Amino acid sequence: MKQEQLAIYEVFIRSNRGLDHKHVGSLHAESPEHALMYARDCYIRRSEGVSIWVVESTNITASEESDIENFVDPMDDKPYRHATHYVLPDSIKNM
Amino acid sequence: MKYNDTLIDNILYKRIILLLSRFGALSMQVIDKNANKSYEQELANFEQKIADEQKIEPSDWMPEAYRKNVIRQMSQHAHSEIIGMQPEGNWLTRAPSLRRKAILLSKVQDEAGHGLYLYSATETLGINRSEMIAALQSGEAKYAQIFNYPTLTWADVGAIGWLVDGAAIVNQISLQRTSYGPYARSMVRICKEESFHQRQGYEALYAMAHGTPVQKQMAQDALNRIWWPSLMMFGPHDADSAHSSQSMAWKIKRISNDELRQSFIDQSVPQIEVLGLEMPDPEIKWNEERGHYDSGEINWQEFKEVVNGAGPCNYQRIKHHKNAHQEGEWVREAVRSYKEKRAKKQNETAA
Ligand SMILES: [Fe+2]
Ligand SMILES: [Fe+2]
Ligand SMILES: [Fe+2]
Repeated sequence: MKQEQLAIYEVFIRSNRGLDHKHVGSLHAESPEHALMYARDCYIRRSEGVSIWVVESTNITASEESDIENFVDPMDDKPYRHATHYVLPDSIKNM
Repeated sequence: MKYNDTLIDNILYKRIILLLSRFGALSMQVIDKNANKSYEQELANFEQKIADEQKIEPSDWMPEAYRKNVIRQMSQHAHSEIIGMQPEGNWLTRAPSLRRKAILLSKVQDEAGHGLYLYSATETLGINRSEMIAALQSGEAKYAQIFNYPTLTWADVGAIGWLVDGAAIVNQISLQRTSYGPYARSMVRICKEESFHQRQGYEALYAMAHGTPVQKQMAQDALNRIWWPSLMMFGPHDADSAHSSQSMAWKIKRISNDELRQSFIDQSVPQIEVLGLEMPDPEIKWNEERGHYDSGEINWQEFKEVVNGAGPCNYQRIKHHKNAHQEGEWVREAVRSYKEKRAKKQNETAA
């Protein structure tokens, strides 16, 4: 089987207990179980992680970066969604 | 290397068991004994993680009582976010200006999102959202008692943002260090979004406290009514709290009810002074020795009654939730049928 015909998997690593899994890269594999082993062999060779997730790339639904302006409203007209929008007396601290 | 060692150990172990069982040398008793031993090992392992300030993740082994305890606390938190939309939502169409209306709408939308984060995070413990909603509607699950009080005037909306969200923030900051990973991470996200809630409330109440004498009176009245139920949000005194000691031992809770309440009082008193309002509790007084404010005793009878369903709005809150849920059935129906149709289409093109 040609290498290109294998499915691509995205690899996510939790670098430390308690943290989120972060995307670190991808690899080819013939099954999710093998993808997990390959990810172990490639991506955590220097104890970079305590947990690995692999997801077949075709299972990821992504937004188009070129279309992001139409898809995600930056909400520039809604400054009141930010805490800094509210001007409080100087004597009010830590709010 | 460690990983490989355990892997090899496991494989060896399984092969030995297999061999032994083939020769009939392994009785059921031995298997049971092994299972018991592994429970004890798992428990010791779990307790070690807690002791080492490690997070417990969904795929980790955990005692059943821990799982139940976290489900109870997280679902109660999720329900509070959702039911909490009602008292403020009552003022959306009556906000005094377009600016105030946009702000309030945005805050209430945030709370819906907080409910969603928390329901999803709770599902990692093996319960689903429908089960949680059923428990809320049957009264089996609780939510913060504060939301069973009515919002009588616009000043209440300001006081809620400042005091109720303020009390929630004090609690939620401590929960960023809770031992269950998904709960801790959702608290980090929620706390980031909460600070606008408190500031908009304080700003709204400040405007009223510095407005006409009637407006100032409304602000004072809102403070007097909402202060006490806000203090109750932290729950019973430590000595009387049913779930507290186990929750503290498992680090689900990180700071005790009374300690959290004290820090809320300490941060709020100077804020009341800046508003120029009277203290809602005549016994509030700085205690030099303790380095904290002293305050009067909470009406625990009222707390008990409201938690057990006899507050001014308990019936209304759950009834409204049931109605909204029923009226929303057509949306869920549409989603389900879209999903089915789409799956059918994909099957057809695949075939
Ligand atoms: Fe919230
Ligand atoms: Fe909250
Ligand atoms: Fe909030």
